Amino acid sequence: MIAAGEVGTVKNGKAARKNAGVQAAGGVLARKVTRLSEHIVEIISDSGEGAQKCGQSFGAIVAQMGLGVWTTEIIPAEIRPPARSVAGASGNRIRIGSKHISNGGNETDLVIAFNEQVLLGRVRANELKPGCTILLESMWRDDRRIATTYADAVDQLLAAGFKVVEIPMDKECRKIVSDPRKGKNMFVLGILCGLYSLDLQTARDQVVLTFGKKSAKVIESNIALLDAGYAWADANLDFKYEVPATKSTEPQIVVNGNTALALGVLASGMEICAMYPITPATSTSHYLSDAFQEVGGVVHQAEDEIAACAFAIGASYAGKCTVTVTSGPGYSLKQEAIGLAVMGEIPLVVINVQRGGPSTGQPTKTEQGDLMTAIFGSHGDAPKVVIAPGTIEECFYSVITARKIAETFNMVVVILSDANLASSQQPFKRPMFDEAWLAPPIDQSAIPAGAKPYDWDPKTGLARRFIPGQPGGMHTLTGLAHDENSHVAYDAEINQRAMRARSLKLATLQKTLKPPTVFGDRTGDLLVIGWGSTKGAIEEAVEGLRQEGKKVSSTHLTFIQPMPPGIKEILAGFKKVITIENNWSDSPVDEMIDESNRRYSALAMLLRSRYLVDVDCWSECRGTPLKPNTVRRVILEAIA
Amino acid sequence: MNELNVLNGANGASMVAPMAAPINVNDCLLQLYEEHYELEDYQKGVPRWCTGCGDNAILTAVQRLCRDEKLAPEKTVFVSGIGCSSRLPHYMNTYGFHSLHGRALPIAEGVRLARPDLKVFVNMGDGDCCSIGAAHWIHAIRYNMNMTAMLHDNNIYGLTKKQASPTSPIGLKTNTTPRGSYLEALNPLTVTLGVSNVSFVAQVVDWIPKLLYQTLSAAYHHKGFSFVRIIQRCPEWLPTHMDEYLHDPQRVLLLHHENGLEIDSELAKRYTKMEEHDPSDLNRAREIASGSDPIPVGILYRNENVPLYEEVRADTRLRTTSLVKNGLEAEFDKFTIWPEGHARATA
Ligand SMILES: Cc1ncc(C[n+]2csc(CCOP(=O)(O)OP(=O)(O)O)c2C)c(N)n1
Ligand code: SF4
Repeated sequence: MIAAGEVGTVKNGKAARKNAGVQAAGGVLARKVTRLSEHIVEIISDSGEGAQKCGQSFGAIVAQMGLGVWTTEIIPAEIRPPARSVAGASGNRIRIGSKHISNGGNETDLVIAFNEQVLLGRVRANELKPGCTILLESMWRDDRRIATTYADAVDQLLAAGFKVVEIPMDKECRKIVSDPRKGKNMFVLGILCGLYSLDLQTARDQVVLTFGKKSAKVIESNIALLDAGYAWADANLDFKYEVPATKSTEPQIVVNGNTALALGVLASGMEICAMYPITPATSTSHYLSDAFQEVGGVVHQAEDEIAACAFAIGASYAGKCTVTVTSGPGYSLKQEAIGLAVMGEIPLVVINVQRGGPSTGQPTKTEQGDLMTAIFGSHGDAPKVVIAPGTIEECFYSVITARKIAETFNMVVVILSDANLASSQQPFKRPMFDEAWLAPPIDQSAIPAGAKPYDWDPKTGLARRFIPGQPGGMHTLTGLAHDENSHVAYDAEINQRAMRARSLKLATLQKTLKPPTVFGDRTGDLLVIGWGSTKGAIEEAVEGLRQEGKKVSSTHLTFIQPMPPGIKEILAGFKKVITIENNWSDSPVDEMIDESNRRYSALAMLLRSRYLVDVDCWSECRGTPLKPNTVRRVILEAIA
Repeated sequence: MNELNVLNGANGASMVAPMAAPINVNDCLLQLYEEHYELEDYQKGVPRWCTGCGDNAILTAVQRLCRDEKLAPEKTVFVSGIGCSSRLPHYMNTYGFHSLHGRALPIAEGVRLARPDLKVFVNMGDGDCCSIGAAHWIHAIRYNMNMTAMLHDNNIYGLTKKQASPTSPIGLKTNTTPRGSYLEALNPLTVTLGVSNVSFVAQVVDWIPKLLYQTLSAAYHHKGFSFVRIIQRCPEWLPTHMDEYLHDPQRVLLLHHENGLEIDSELAKRYTKMEEHDPSDLNRAREIASGSDPIPVGILYRNENVPLYEEVRADTRLRTTSLVKNGLEAEFDKFTIWPEGHARATA
């Protein structure tokens, strides 16, 4: 991994302040162009100032140019936090690179901020790289009430070693629009396009797309702002970056994880999504509400999560496998109904876009805290399938797989995404529609005489599903213990047999799974195991260390219940095994912690119990996606 | 097939006069065969309710209704929650879904939205519907999906053995209120009539079978969410609770109207306390609903013009593979970056 190149002639300190915004005499700057293999840029503002839109458009333009890209939303906890507040930073973080980018990366290399307060928020969160370049709106210097705070903040930033370039965004935008609050973001987009030597026409096309539904006048003025920003950067900034692109020869699709899930719902043939709004899951249903209009389908916004899950179960029971989308607190509420689907053997897909917990926790922040609940949640023994996509692309395909498994095995399939995947964007190979993805039509053929609604195959646990409308199949499905005829039965024998059948289905599914692939050699000093959204960060760190000759490999589990075959063999090839996760585990060096009371992270706990291997763990719950550098540090400590 | 040959004659010649449009005898026969049902076609097992339990009367009325309406058992679904009353689907030879305490309505809604071709009935207890399921109940009225919901209201928790229910009257001694219930009873009728979008509300008692049948039949024929509160005896826990109403016809107020229930002469002789009530009169319905003694019985409110959720929300297009394909490809296209010179997948 290559860090940002040194920026040559950034105007520093007092000189910067004096020169910033001043057209250079003669119009030609002695410009230093730095070639980079990757860079991370952040655009932040008060919420409502459009930094999100600016960042997303920038990400899209960069992707169009053929660069690898990963965008991450920066979302404050409140919808409209007070303006100019440290906690109010709202915007987007875009990691761009010559190669494929698999995660949000480490600290930011360049940040463009609409005020100094939101910037301080990012500094305090340790999200900016030491010496990072800061492009800062300078209008506050002229605001009598704010000037002193502003100047102090800038001095602090300079003292901390950041390179600050002040830009008169407001003043420049006023030359084009009367309300710069509404247009600054496109001016800034122009600056960025200039700074990264992007194709201006591609950028203009993107602006047209971004404002597609707005009037021609709006589009025109935004393009004018973009052009102005581009020109301003060209005339006033004495540095530029170039990240060479390797253009993809294949069509690519750029969406965030939630949209990918929604597209997966469409592609899987499901036509009902039952939900109740909850961050960060909801945008999946926003997208579906619109897209369903084209292909036929309904998003049912229920009165609560309990109803949403029950509604999905009713629809699935009636023959249409249905999805319910939620996040942690909503997932907790669905537990009882999920148990019913398990007991009744009703196919059901539940998507849990995890957020920080417990309780309402951290709505906009990421965490992998729901793995145990997904596997063991709901009372009694309620076996269900749990899969965790590791990339945006996997978000899409996981839904298709989930629907298929749900209907083949008459099981509940839980998909564990998280806030990190939900709002991150990354290009992946454009899927081409495949008829085999779709759900089969509802079977309304007559049930042969003598067939039973729970005719469990003694070898696989599977039984054919009876769907209302099928003559001869009348029975009453119940959440109570029941026999093969769906008759309520509490006999010791019957309960044992039914429990066995429901559990056996997991083993049957397991036999169809492929062993996980190992990233790196199959033997070595350390194996890192991860699951879900940390995939990119873990693999990037492992790849870097392997290039340095370290004997480290990693493997990533997509199926967590059931676990695929072959894991034991993989574990056996390494001297040490560690899971790295975004959930809680006790640090073994804490004073109160010893082997008898240490709480392990979720996957480590599962692997330890299943394979009787001393799987160590490292985890954090900072609400932020795992950084490759953090993983790198953890690995180096583990092999030290 | 054999019967067909007999009807068609050995040589297969049509028995219909040559000038008339040809009749497909095959179809007629199938229809005849499928549309004739006996009571036992709907009966299953031996109900395990206590002797004298009002649930038995409800079951009988429902089975008769299915037979009279010729409901194909495979196209009929009884969804219930949890409680004594919620056992009802087990005794119906139709499809059934005995679900979770309080959650029958959202499950039934899912069935209904997925499958408008199915007839959906819902059975709930008073704890089931008015306590744990209260949110779902209120929203089921709002959604107004075409289904018939029966509230088996015995004023008590039956299955969990005599705890106070939201409809228990003040002073009722139960296991959780040994010195008498201390809260004003919830009135399911006024609650239902208070929700906008309400489209059908009726009340009946389990001990007048003819009226029970008539009321359920009217509910079934209503296009929309029909809610019937059935005041039901629980001889196990409250053996004398309803006796005074049972033995004194004057404690029952019969609602009748040309747009409501017609009272046959036999009933009219016994239940002389009557009111002519037009079910389209919401204000009067609310007044009647708030009275509990005498018990108003009949259709309180009916409005066929409330839009049906499944019609407002449903997609009327046939969801074909090519529709999905085109829609999906178009969605993909919104987010696709095409390399230069690459032909697009869709025109
Ligand atoms: C979540 C949940 N809480 C509690 C129960 C226990 N429970 C079973 S039936 C019931 C109430 C029964 O009363 P009611 O709904 O009035 O029906 P009835 O038995 O009187 O017909 C309760 C509380 C349960 N099954 N599930
Ligand atoms: S306990 Fe009451 S409600 Fe339950 S079956 Fe017995 S009589 Fe009926």
